[in-house]
Amino acid sequence: MLCLLLFWEFAKIGLVCVGGGYASMPLIQAAVVDTYHWLTLSEFIDIFTISQMTPGPIGINAATFSGMKVAGLPGSIAATLGFVTPSFILCLILARLLLRYGSIGAIQGVLNGLRPAVVALICAAGLSFIALTLFDVDRFPATIAAMKERFDPKSAVILALAVVAVRKKANVIHILLACGVLGVALGMIG
Amino acid sequence: MDDNKEKRGGHFYRALFWSTFWISALTVGGGFVIISLLKTKYVDEFGWLDDKETLDLAALAQSMPGVMAVNASILLGYRMAGVPGALTALAATILPPLITLSLIAQAYEAFASSPVVRLALQGMQCGATALIVSVAVDLVRKKCKEKQTIPLLILVGTFVANFFFGVNLMILIVIDGLAGLMFLQGAEAKQKLDV
Repeated sequence: MLCLLLFWEFAKIGLVCVGGGYASMPLIQAAVVDTYHWLTLSEFIDIFTISQMTPGPIGINAATFSGMKVAGLPGSIAATLGFVTPSFILCLILARLLLRYGSIGAIQGVLNGLRPAVVALICAAGLSFIALTLFDVDRFPATIAAMKERFDPKSAVILALAVVAVRKKANVIHILLACGVLGVALGMIG
Repeated sequence: MDDNKEKRGGHFYRALFWSTFWISALTVGGGFVIISLLKTKYVDEFGWLDDKETLDLAALAQSMPGVMAVNASILLGYRMAGVPGALTALAATILPPLITLSLIAQAYEAFASSPVVRLALQGMQCGATALIVSVAVDLVRKKCKEKQTIPLLILVGTFVANFFFGVNLMILIVIDGLAGLMFLQGAEAKQKLDV
């Protein structure tokens, strides 16, 4: 029963959260902390921290970890499946509609406007990531002095090597793994 | 978007599952990072999709409820191989966090305070940064080659609004969609040759 309830609660969250992983966190908190008292607030903050630290989409991480805390492995599976079920149904409907009506001029117009927007958003995410990697903040520091103070030379070295590997068309997955190993190795030396 | 659901063999599904699985398992960062990494596999390495389709579906994934990375994998999977493709990509996206977090939940304190874990995650973040920047440069270069004024204005305007002024993504998507509806309805024929 608890698993069914988890599935249902996370399905509702998955249906109403628009705008990415961070937007889902207050909704998850409202359900698991405030309504059902499955978790304490400090446990929830742990979940938030862990979700940010671990690879993978933050919303999925939070759903999995909440479910795990509440009802073990079956709970984590129920919460995760609940969370993605509305997305799955809505995306399939939308994809079908797009295949059928995508050639209509108006829809082509909208898509023509959205394509450069997505490129812009990828660029913005990329720049934020450079700032995060080199200076450990998501905006570039305002002054040269602040940049010098926050600069992380080890990350810069790994980033430079990764750029070379990307340009040489190395396998994406190998690059990520190698960067993880390099991070540990350089960190241990320093 | 025409011929959906081409016949795909077992090899395709294995490649789709494992490439998506490892990207989901190793990528630190949000939706646009994962989209960029999926693009390097699906478009650049395997040639299953083109840039244009990927960008269209990324815009839709951002606009739908739920997690963008999950929506993107469902939409891209569906575009490549129908419902079986969508299910494969979805499973490959949600399994890694399920496995990782099941393990972490057993030893939360040890994980959260481990310097080795922190260093490995920082290292992987450097890798993800290099990849997303490369994808961004690649896409911008292609957009510039098209030499179309309005798409370039949208690109620059959206970038400035989001990066420098922190304007909400949903607002930007709506504005850019409307701009496309008003000004770019006939632009299709010219674009087809390129991206």
